[in-house]
Amino acid sequence: MPATQTNAAQAITGGFANPVFEAQAVFRQLMNAMANPGVLHAIETNVAPPAPLTAVAGALAATLFDHDTVIWLGPVIAREEKARSWLAFHTSAPLTDQALDAHFAILADPGHISSFENFAQGTQEYPDRSTTLIVQLPSLQGGPALELRGPGIKDRAVIRPAGLPDAFPALWKANGGKFPRGVDLVLAGPDAIIGLPRTTRVEAIANVKEAN
Amino acid sequence: MYVAVKGGEKAINNAHRLLADRRRGDRSVPAVSLEQIVEQLALGVDRIMSEASLYDRELAALAMKQARGDMIEAIFLLRAYRTTLPRFGYSEPIDTSEMRIERRISATYKDLPGGQLLGPTFDYTHRLLDPDLMADGEVEAGVAAEAETGRTPRVSEILANEGLIESDGELPDDHRTGDLTREPMEFPMERDIRLQALARGDEGFLLALGYSTQRGYARTHPFTGEIRIGEVEVLLEVPELGFAVSLGEIQVTECQMVTQFKGSAKSPPQFTRGYGLVFGQSERKAMAMSLVDRALRAEELGEDIVAPAQDEEFVISHSDNVQATGFVEHLKLPHYVDFQAELDLVRRMRAEYEEDQKKQEGNGGDTLEAAE
Amino acid sequence: MTIQQTDMATYNFAYLDEQTKRMIRRAILKAIAIPGYQVPFASREMPMPYGWGTGGVQVTASILGPDDVLKVIDQGADDTTNAVSIRAFFQRVANVAVTTHTKDATVIQTRHRIPEETLGKGQVLVYQVPIPEPLRFLEPRETETRKMHALEEYGLMHVKLYEDIARNGHIATTYAYPVKVEGRYVMDPSPTPKFDNPKMHMSEALQLFGAGREKRIYALPPHTDVVSLDFEDHPFEVQTFDQPCALCGADGVYLDEVILDDKGGRMFVCSDTDHCEKRREEGHRGPLAAEAPEMQS
Repeated sequence: MPATQTNAAQAITGGFANPVFEAQAVFRQLMNAMANPGVLHAIETNVAPPAPLTAVAGALAATLFDHDTVIWLGPVIAREEKARSWLAFHTSAPLTDQALDAHFAILADPGHISSFENFAQGTQEYPDRSTTLIVQLPSLQGGPALELRGPGIKDRAVIRPAGLPDAFPALWKANGGKFPRGVDLVLAGPDAIIGLPRTTRVEAIANVKEAN
Repeated sequence: MYVAVKGGEKAINNAHRLLADRRRGDRSVPAVSLEQIVEQLALGVDRIMSEASLYDRELAALAMKQARGDMIEAIFLLRAYRTTLPRFGYSEPIDTSEMRIERRISATYKDLPGGQLLGPTFDYTHRLLDPDLMADGEVEAGVAAEAETGRTPRVSEILANEGLIESDGELPDDHRTGDLTREPMEFPMERDIRLQALARGDEGFLLALGYSTQRGYARTHPFTGEIRIGEVEVLLEVPELGFAVSLGEIQVTECQMVTQFKGSAKSPPQFTRGYGLVFGQSERKAMAMSLVDRALRAEELGEDIVAPAQDEEFVISHSDNVQATGFVEHLKLPHYVDFQAELDLVRRMRAEYEEDQKKQEGNGGDTLEAAE
Repeated sequence: MTIQQTDMATYNFAYLDEQTKRMIRRAILKAIAIPGYQVPFASREMPMPYGWGTGGVQVTASILGPDDVLKVIDQGADDTTNAVSIRAFFQRVANVAVTTHTKDATVIQTRHRIPEETLGKGQVLVYQVPIPEPLRFLEPRETETRKMHALEEYGLMHVKLYEDIARNGHIATTYAYPVKVEGRYVMDPSPTPKFDNPKMHMSEALQLFGAGREKRIYALPPHTDVVSLDFEDHPFEVQTFDQPCALCGADGVYLDEVILDDKGGRMFVCSDTDHCEKRREEGHRGPLAAEAPEMQS
């Protein structure tokens, strides 16, 4: 457990108090979120990672990561020693600076995403060998309306995540065009998540009335 | 009588109780102790440890006792226990040239550094049932040859001095030794994973495959370069300490098969190797393993793949006896839903067939083939 | 979070260690993201034999929580010995609530059937799968079948089905009938009778498939397009029975043939025992309900 001396105190606190049941609860919400894209799934957690990691992203990390998963951190998180130490202590996951090698990635500044092609795409034979991105967003409501269609969605769904780049629908379309290859996203808001598997088709729509 | 539902739980409990009763057998006969199994059925214990990939004689003996002597069931029990154990680390590779040798033979050299050491072998026993064993008679203490201490070079090293044998296989520096009990299997596989699969593989299956190579199904001209049995030290590097600590000694059997090789586009004429290593004392398994390992290197050495023993997917997919016995034996589970579907189909096809037959008889025609 | 540490002190909740659960959970997420694609996973040795449902058990153990209500069926019935055994396993290692009622269950583990009652939102159906590869009996090599899936090259499967038609006049596959998922992956529905295939299409429930011995997990998210392979001139058809359930009188359900004597006497009864019992509780009666021997208890 390579927690550094200086940040040791902050690195070792703020994890799951009861890892077995908390990880199960978070996973179940995540599984349902990926199976039902477009539906907000609440994540209730006391996990408290150092900034800029959010509680929700921290809970997802503690649920999914271990020393078998290679992690890539977006620059805003990567430059925070405390955040890195916290992840190292609570997950033992090795970090990489090569996004192409990452099983998971956490991004705190999604506005800067210019392409999903920098991440592992999987191969045609093994499309599962791709990166899953945890994208921290300031809010899952109040942003521009996006219409979703695809497996897991009855007819259509509308989401309004805030903080994604304007080009997101186009970037996501390019990702979908590679199916079965491509990345999957978990949009992590302050207290909930939305799953966006590679199968979900996203369309920007202006002035949509919320269906729900 | 309609018996499909209810009572399953009671039936299972009763079956388990009866099983425990039969396992114990006649209560007037003393129960066999784990010490007795470890000491007197040692080779069975060794096989269980090998194919379960867990070196623990006492637990292997317990598994054998619990399984009523059914080896595959015992291997399964021990594996199901092993899989729940946490991993603390990975040991250093064992060094068999530093083995404390109890048996060591070479079929390729009359004498060699370190000598030939027959050890406790059945090889030259006459297979006559020994009535003395029916009673618990006195047994003389063994006379072990003076065990040589220190390093005993392997035959492969002796051949390597002349450049006549391929060198040890090299894997890239960043290669992390695989573990098929922790990672999904993928074909084609690296040799380290393949050797792990073979070491866990069923002794009988590997024996038959090894035998098949000798009978011409991918002949490899094998010679037993060396078999050695003895104790080796297991070392674990502890990062916090900065040096390796000894975890103790384990007994292993190692076989290096040396095979003639005419050369191919990929490799020059030379001797090539097949490798076998198992827990405990089991040279049949180690030898069979080394034959199959060599046969499976066909692709690497540029040989034609013509026989089952060379077919990696076939061999590795079917060498695991716990998987094999599970899937074969699962046929005794209820399948009546699927059978109903097949019944329906066969009845329908049968009716159509009979109708066709009638039509043909009516036509008096014999030109149409009957439906198959 | 009040789980009693009664007789399971030596094993983790739901038997599997947390690292194994994480590995399986990650595989499940990929499986959901690529519907119908078989995700390799490092299947563990379980305390029941391969072939008894080790894949389904690992999937169930990885998703199960203290609030779940579990139903386990084999051949459609809650009381077949293996269903009883697996249910007892989870009661013991997870102290989980169990039920035989389809609608009350949050997680249903099944072998060979899909319940008759339409599954709803939030329910998870976990299938035990023996051979996950639909192309396996056409091409035994994993290296080849993987390529065929990669290239979406499913001609061989159509040829096989068409040979059936040429030879028999109809497709001779009655169970494990291959389906195509979202127009992309050909998938094995596990050895359920083809009668159940239409239930997979656009189901509201999440469907997870676990193959322990073959080390594969795959999935169908809710509302996913699942089409049984067929031909324009030979459309897919499910089995039909020419009589209702002898006990509850249900039509349009899958029936087991029960042999009553050695003189050809037989009756047909619901394979889904919960469905049958529920209907009888509601007052439905089949033609032989009165004469049917009492169920053993």
